[in-house]
This record gives sequence, C-alpha cells and structure tokens, in this order.
Amino acid sequence: MELNLFLMLAAFLFCTGIYGVLARRNGVLVLMSVELMLVAVNINLVAFAAFTGAIAGQVFALFVITIAAAEVGVGLALVLLVYRNLRSPDLDNLDSLKG
Amino acid sequence: MNPRFDFHALAPELILTGVILVVLVVDLFLDEEERWRTSRLASIGLLAALIPVITLAVDGNDRVMFGGAYVVDDYALVMKGFFLVAAWVTLLISFDYIGEGDYYQGEFYFLLLTSTLGMLVIASARDLITLFVALETISLPTFVLAAWRKHDPESNEAGLKYFLIGVLSSAVMLYGMSFVFGFSGSTLLSDISTTVSADGVAPLLLVGIFMTLVGFAFKVSAVPFHFWAPDTYEGAPTPVTAFLSVASKAGGLVAMLTLVYAGFFGRPEAWQPVLWVMAAASMTLGNLVALRQTNMVRLLAYSSIAQGGFMLVPFAVAPDGSGTAATSSFEAVVIYMLIYGAMNLGAFACVIAIARRTGSAELSSYNGLIKSSPALAVTFSLFLFSLAGIPPLAGWFAKFVMFRSVLDAGTTAAVVLGVIAAINSVVAFFYYAGVSRRMILEDPAEEQEPVLVPPALNAAIALTALTTLVVGVYPQLFAKLGEFAAGVG
Repeated sequence: MELNLFLMLAAFLFCTGIYGVLARRNGVLVLMSVELMLVAVNINLVAFAAFTGAIAGQVFALFVITIAAAEVGVGLALVLLVYRNLRSPDLDNLDSLKG
Repeated sequence: MNPRFDFHALAPELILTGVILVVLVVDLFLDEEERWRTSRLASIGLLAALIPVITLAVDGNDRVMFGGAYVVDDYALVMKGFFLVAAWVTLLISFDYIGEGDYYQGEFYFLLLTSTLGMLVIASARDLITLFVALETISLPTFVLAAWRKHDPESNEAGLKYFLIGVLSSAVMLYGMSFVFGFSGSTLLSDISTTVSADGVAPLLLVGIFMTLVGFAFKVSAVPFHFWAPDTYEGAPTPVTAFLSVASKAGGLVAMLTLVYAGFFGRPEAWQPVLWVMAAASMTLGNLVALRQTNMVRLLAYSSIAQGGFMLVPFAVAPDGSGTAATSSFEAVVIYMLIYGAMNLGAFACVIAIARRTGSAELSSYNGLIKSSPALAVTFSLFLFSLAGIPPLAGWFAKFVMFRSVLDAGTTAAVVLGVIAAINSVVAFFYYAGVSRRMILEDPAEEQEPVLVPPALNAAIALTALTTLVVGVYPQLFAKLGEFAAGVG
C-alpha cells in the first residue's frame, strides 16, 4: 500500500466535508460534515504515523477523536437550543444579526 | 525515563483546576439567592493562581517538561499573568450583569475559569497536540457562553455561528497540522523547526503550515476570516463579548506567536505573505466598515478586527532586517496585546455601564452623556482615544512599538505595510472621536438620569483606566515586560 492512497482518501473526505459545511442548510448535517473533515484528519495522522513509525500521530488521533466528541456534544446542544426557539434546525433562519 | 513532575511550574494550572472544581461543586449546594458567592470564589481563585506566576518569574529559571512539550519560560509567564488579570477584570465586569439577569451564575463562572485554564496551558504549549487541546479548552466553554441568554434568539444565533466557525477552523487547522506532523515525524515544535528549515521541503508541508495558520486566523478574526465576529459580538452577552475580544483573541495570537517563532520561523515564504495580506486587509476593512456602524458593540467588533490587523503587522515583517526585526516584532506583539487588553476591556466595561440605563448599545443613546454622567463620558472617551493611539494614553505606545518593528525590518514590503497602518490609524480616529463627539457635544434626546455604576464594574473601569493612563505616561512599565518576554524556546 502506498501512503499517497491514504492521503488522497483523506483529501477526498476533507473536501466532501467542506462542501457539506458550505452547501447544507440543516444544522445537524453541517455538524456531520465537520465530523467528516475530522475523520479525514485522523486518517492522515494515522497513515503518517504508520508509514513513518512516529507514534505521536496515533496519540494525536486519539485526542482529536475525544475532543470531536466534546465538540459535537456542545454543538448538538446549541442546535437544539435554536430549534426550541425557532422551531426549525434550518441555519438560514439565523439572520437577525446584520450590519 | 521517568518524567520529573515539577509542581511549582504547574502550580498556576493546578490551583485554577482546583478552584474550577470547587466552584462547580459549591454551586450545587447553594440556594438561588446565595449563588453570587461563587463569583467571589472564582475571583479569589484567579488571584491565587497569580501568586505562583509571580514566584516563578522571580525564580527566573526556564522549566522544560514532558520532553519539551510544555515550557514555562518568561514569555509564558508574562502571558499567563496577562490572561489571569484579564479574566479577573472580566469577572468584575460580569458580576452585576450575570447576577441581575437571573442566569445560571455558578455555571457561568465555571465556564469562564475553564476557558482561562486553556489560556494558561496555551502560553506554555510547545507541541502541536498540547496547542490543539489548549485551544479547544479555550473555545468550547466560550461557545456556550456566547449563547448564554437561552431564550433570546439573538444570543442563540451568536453562539451557533461562533460554534460552527470555531469547529470549521479547528478542522482546517488540524488538517494542516496533520501534514506538518507527517513530514516532520514529530509533534514537538523544536523538531518541526528543524524539518521546516531544512532545504528542499515538500510542497505539502508548506500547505500544512498555511492551513494551520488559517485555522488560527479564524480565532483572531483576521480578514477574510472575520465575518463571524460582529454577529457573535453583538448577540452574545456583553461581558462575554469583552472576554472574547480580549482574552480569547489573545489566546489565538499567543498560539500564532509560538507556532511562527518556535516552529515555522525558518521558512518565511510559507507564512510571511499570508500574514502580510491578512494584516493589511484586517486593518483596512475593519476600519472602513466600523465607520458606518450605528451600534456601539458592532463598532467595537470591527474596531477589534482592525486592532487584530495592527497586531499582525509585526508578524509580517518579523523575518526581515537581518535578525533585528525578529526580536522587536516579538516584543511589539506582546506589548500591543497587553495594552489592547487593558483599553478594550475598559471600553467594554463602559459600554456595559451605559447600557444599564438605556438598555441598548445604539450609538444614538450615547448622545449628551456628559450632561448626566460626566465621569463616565470622560473615562469612555479616554479608552476610545487610547484605542485610536493618541498620546499620552497607552494606545500610542502600542502603535509606537508596532511601527518600530516595521522600521527595524526596513524592506519595501514592510514600509508599504507601515504606510497602510499609518493611514488606517488616521481613519480609525474618525469613528473613535465620533463617539466621543456624540457624548460631549450632542444634546440628549430627553432629560436623563445619571448612570448608576455598581462597585464591581466601577473597580474594573478604574483599574483599566489607571493602566491606560500610567502606561501611556510611563511606557517603560510594559516595555520592560515586553523585553522580559522576548523570545520563545
């Protein structure tokens, strides 16, 4: 197996994630797109760690997974809060602040 | 190898962690009307954490821990002291706002302290993993704080926007870090520095450096990654906005300082042009848009974007001038950050005080403030003129050290950036002075009661005003701190 294959998979996932963040209007789907980007990061880190033998990459990936879980926890709470007040998870409704 | 555990070096973080847990637990056992006591605990905790920072500074030895991933040197100590004092002033500002708003007081202080803990860690972090974890410790509590007014859709919007931009920027930053790690085979900045400085680096490594810095550019709200800042600043509770615009921004800048100076310094072509463009764009756009704001908080939001641009100027000229600019630009960023912290916290404290009477931050509500509350109007003008950089207020010294680093660099690009900064200082003067003119020369719409300022808020305003005045008249005070902090290991 080549390192490049892993990097390309990660790049593809990362781009899919960015597209999702920019194109999706539903708060939950945007959150899931961000998760895709973080998965791409993990693939990168673990692939580099496996090919160079530097164990720090795997440790880094573990930290990323843990903190991503915390981020989603906070994020879902915020989406839920907006849903309670506006009765919709649609991010287009968030337009009261402008100028 | 058995890692030596240096309790003295970690004492600020350990004390703060202890206080955070105590605040969280004590809050459970207090009645609703006794909840304000948690703020006293939090404030004592912050001051207690300041004691080991001072003893460590007196001791003066650099302490390196965890294989070089965590370093307590003079630079880290100066920044830790700054973060603790800034958090303490934020606590003073928020005390009455949170107490009267019938919000969840214990949790508020818990989250504020947790974010401060992340800042203490980020000042010492010399490793990608530590930097990332510290940055998330700063950010995650602030997402919740921004959405603090649960039933107010504007506050919800502020929190969610801040959150989405925050996680997006973290993901971009991490993707960049994964390449930086991949090509250097280590997460330690000292190892990364060796790889980056070597000849013939992979193009992907340069992309990695670029994306890492873009992630941090979001945090310091540099143009073109600034669009979340005005909305979040306006919708969030104003004390939280003060915290975001000073402490959280400084956290991002400290991380950038560490990364650029300790990690990427040997390859300026990967970051110097980017930071040059971001500095110029932040100053220009921030100031021009601030000119046509009608809401004070939005005006301060754009002003803080512009001030962030001024703070990026020294970065953009750092590698030039055969080494002299490296030291003076490092000092310039540190000194600018300290002074900006004092004057911006003071300005927000005044906005909060004035909003207590009017309940709004619209500029029209500032008309003729001097008739009803002369002291407040004069103090607020003092902060605004300091932000504009008028001597003898502290802001001029911040601008002075920034221009000094530009002159030390001396290249054409540096001088052009210096000229852009100079033009922007003049533009900025118009909107800062405009607010002052409203307060002093315009007539109020109706007869107004004097603004009643509670003691805690008064103390915060007095402290920041005193700092702004004293440092402006006697700048050696902060210049010494800057020299003390210069250099990152």
